[in-house]
Amino acid sequence: MGDFDRPTTYGLLKAHGVDRRTFVRFCSMTAAALGLPASLVPKVVEAMETKPRIPVIWLHGLECTCCSESFIRSSHPIAQDVVLNLVSLDYDDTLQAAAGAQCEAIRKKIMKEYAGKYILAVEGNAPTKDGGVYCTVGGDTFLNILKETAEGAMAVVAWGSCASNGCVQAAHPNPTGAKPVHEIIKNKPIINVPGCPPIAEVMTGVLTYVLTFDRLPDLDRLGRPKMFYAQRIHDKCYRRSFFDAGQFVEKWDDEGARKGWCLYKMGCRGPMTYNSCPTIKWNNGVSFPIGSGHGCIGCSEANFWDNGPFYQRLANVPLPGVESTPDRIGKTAAVLAGVGVAAHFGSHLVRNAVDKKPPEGPGASRDSE
Amino acid sequence: MAQQQRVVVDPVTRIEGHLRIEAILDEKGIIKDALSSGTMWRGLELILQGRDPRDAWAFAERICGVCTTVHALASVRCVENALKIQVPANAEIIRNIMFLTQYVQDHVIHFYHLHALDWVDVVSALKADPKATAELAQKVSPHWPKATPGYFSDIAGTLKKFVESGQLGIFQNAYWGHPAYKLPPEANLMAVAHYLEALRWQKEIIKIHTIFGGKNPHPNYLVGGMACAIDMQSDNAINMERLNMIRSLIDEATGIVENLYYPDLLAIASFYPEWTKWGGGLGNYLVYGDVSKTNVDDVASFRFPRGAILNKNLAEVLPVDLADAKQVQEEISHSWYEYPDPKASLHPWDGVTKANYTGPKPPYQQLDEKGAYTWLKAPRWKGNAMEVGPLARMLVGFASGKTEYKDVVTEALGRLNVPATAHFSTLGRTAARGLESRLAVRWLKEEFERLVANLKAGDTATANTEKWEPSSWPKESKGVGFTEAPRGALAHWVKIQDEKIASYQIVVPSTWNASPRDAKGQPGAYEAALIGTPMADPQRPVEILRTIHSFDPCLACASHVLGPDGQTLSEIVIG
Repeated sequence: MGDFDRPTTYGLLKAHGVDRRTFVRFCSMTAAALGLPASLVPKVVEAMETKPRIPVIWLHGLECTCCSESFIRSSHPIAQDVVLNLVSLDYDDTLQAAAGAQCEAIRKKIMKEYAGKYILAVEGNAPTKDGGVYCTVGGDTFLNILKETAEGAMAVVAWGSCASNGCVQAAHPNPTGAKPVHEIIKNKPIINVPGCPPIAEVMTGVLTYVLTFDRLPDLDRLGRPKMFYAQRIHDKCYRRSFFDAGQFVEKWDDEGARKGWCLYKMGCRGPMTYNSCPTIKWNNGVSFPIGSGHGCIGCSEANFWDNGPFYQRLANVPLPGVESTPDRIGKTAAVLAGVGVAAHFGSHLVRNAVDKKPPEGPGASRDSE
Repeated sequence: MAQQQRVVVDPVTRIEGHLRIEAILDEKGIIKDALSSGTMWRGLELILQGRDPRDAWAFAERICGVCTTVHALASVRCVENALKIQVPANAEIIRNIMFLTQYVQDHVIHFYHLHALDWVDVVSALKADPKATAELAQKVSPHWPKATPGYFSDIAGTLKKFVESGQLGIFQNAYWGHPAYKLPPEANLMAVAHYLEALRWQKEIIKIHTIFGGKNPHPNYLVGGMACAIDMQSDNAINMERLNMIRSLIDEATGIVENLYYPDLLAIASFYPEWTKWGGGLGNYLVYGDVSKTNVDDVASFRFPRGAILNKNLAEVLPVDLADAKQVQEEISHSWYEYPDPKASLHPWDGVTKANYTGPKPPYQQLDEKGAYTWLKAPRWKGNAMEVGPLARMLVGFASGKTEYKDVVTEALGRLNVPATAHFSTLGRTAARGLESRLAVRWLKEEFERLVANLKAGDTATANTEKWEPSSWPKESKGVGFTEAPRGALAHWVKIQDEKIASYQIVVPSTWNASPRDAKGQPGAYEAALIGTPMADPQRPVEILRTIHSFDPCLACASHVLGPDGQTLSEIVIG
């Protein structure tokens, strides 16, 4: 009855009438979504042909369900393929048909029958104050349910900023004592997938990576998959050239806004935010916040809600090594060309940005936090 | 069963957030009383205090990721109302377009992915004949192209193998075969196919949010307008390519609503006539209104008209004023909160919130309807418990004499061959959501044309920055911002002092609908709607799910309310 007796992804797709050619094309798209070279497509094909569907228990704590909503927006693979063909989404109170006792019975059953073999996905986080009474499911606290369900999980995926960092309910003064998953679950591998919400294809990309390669993605010291969170938005932003040229939006709807100049002076957090928004973009590549004229609010960074008002530019201080201030950047653009962005920030935000720079090398673990 | 019985459904699934329902059945298995409990609470109003009012929309938007945008919209409006900022016409229209986009997407997802499984037996679909299903589909919706025997044969094959795999995933351990399921196998198969079609489509329509707001869920808003600049001569702003994309997405949405959602709604409803008699509930309806043809201060211009209806009296639409201290009020007699005067009913500008959990220590088996039993306060309008949402909007629109409403309502009643009293029911609520989706796609197109007309006339402004700098604000101000969220009337009340938020109060649709009873014993809308419904098998509570889902609960919204921590609770006194 172990999961190896269950049908493989390819077996199921084949049984569903999917021919091999379509299947291989699907694998190629999956590989492309993961940023893998074409030479690795055969490995994806092999994985999909031989690996069984892994049970997933998807819990919801203090949250707003934006992660689930993002997840079903995935373009490649589409949500239907994930739910019907890639994993066995056995418990998810947002989508599942059963309710109440029937629903809780499923969770217990999976925990027992697939002990050590299921993935626990967590959306939201647990309130820890006052015994956890601020979130209960089926009469028990979410805090208890999270601990209980994590016990038999082979790995935990912490969806979004709530589960990874605490997010809005943990913002000052954090009335319910909300804590991210890694502060509660200490004995399991945890993949943090921050963002409010995370990009849909990042979510499905993380899941399919695990299923395809049968291992967790390489994580930085904050537990984030390097493949999606290794670089700052600012370093990949298509408006970076305007920053370097000293061309900034000075106020909303001005000439610079219409020409798509840099939003740094409007408070953009791109320089201190690690995410894939400029590369993968949102909703199948249609745009991303900066692309639609609003600065990044840094939603994948820990404590982004408390890192100062969103529209306050990151600093108004002398620049280390450069005799200028951000206010003068526009007038002294040439001076700044080629100077790394970290050099522009002298406040705590600089330190935040620098501190959050992932360490080099694959050996770095989140324990070093 | 000889005695009365208590049925507990927790968690109520296929909703947003955490909801618990307890129903008490009489000896005949009919629900004679019910309690609705919101079991989650985050404290966002407290978190908002002391913040920059221009940031509030981003915090408030995170109240809910399902009805994403509506809290951001109410938030920017309350700050603009307080600071007397008039946003440019284009910003009003863009907000309307984003709002209507949210309606259509949210309602379609609700119907197919959250509600349909209450009416559609997935396992029964296995018995369907693909050819007969194709004939049924062509009859139900002659203009929907995917209605061939081959298509349904493929879907049936997919379903068969999925079921035979033994891994039913989200469909396991549900209520398949329950006597309350009435659809023939072919209708079930058609609905399963359309569940998958709608799942594919919903990720398309929201691209309109991505164009204007950069992402979905949680697109960006801006106090004073919208951040997306418009420039027909720029490839780095809203331009012809972006407008064309929006136009084609609106066209596609119209096709989905008219040829998939609405026909499926009528087809499924026709098998459940008894549900036009059950689930009516309060009979009181409240609508704040929205989608102005001019600006949000011009209430008379709303496509969703404002008003209240009491006791199902469609002859009279009562005026509603959100700034009137005597109208919208909240009380806490059955909620886990404290007031200095426990019997007080307070307007949100004068609100007091102090958490006080008095429920049983978890894990618990049942709550007590005589005491406090929920994290939701009890909002009341002039002392009345009110239902908000699609049904309220359709009734207020109808009773206000608006032709558009009369046309869609009359047509639907005719096609279902049911009397007008059918509105006041579970199915009436579910149908209202479909009918207003029809209006929403029409208005979406009209609002888009209004935007284009404005651009043609040379107006490309999207933001008013006159009062962007806090130094331009008065020392003290207060404002209210409202919208009609997909789930109903939503408003935010803000007080700004010394450039910071002094108080922020939010009364959301699901707080109205999932409200507990009040001091006078008046139940909330969910509670009232459950009473009188017979349950075929109390262990498998399909009937409860049908009525509760007909409201489309959103509990993260409802139970966002602020609350300080346990013993050290600081009391937040506003005003």
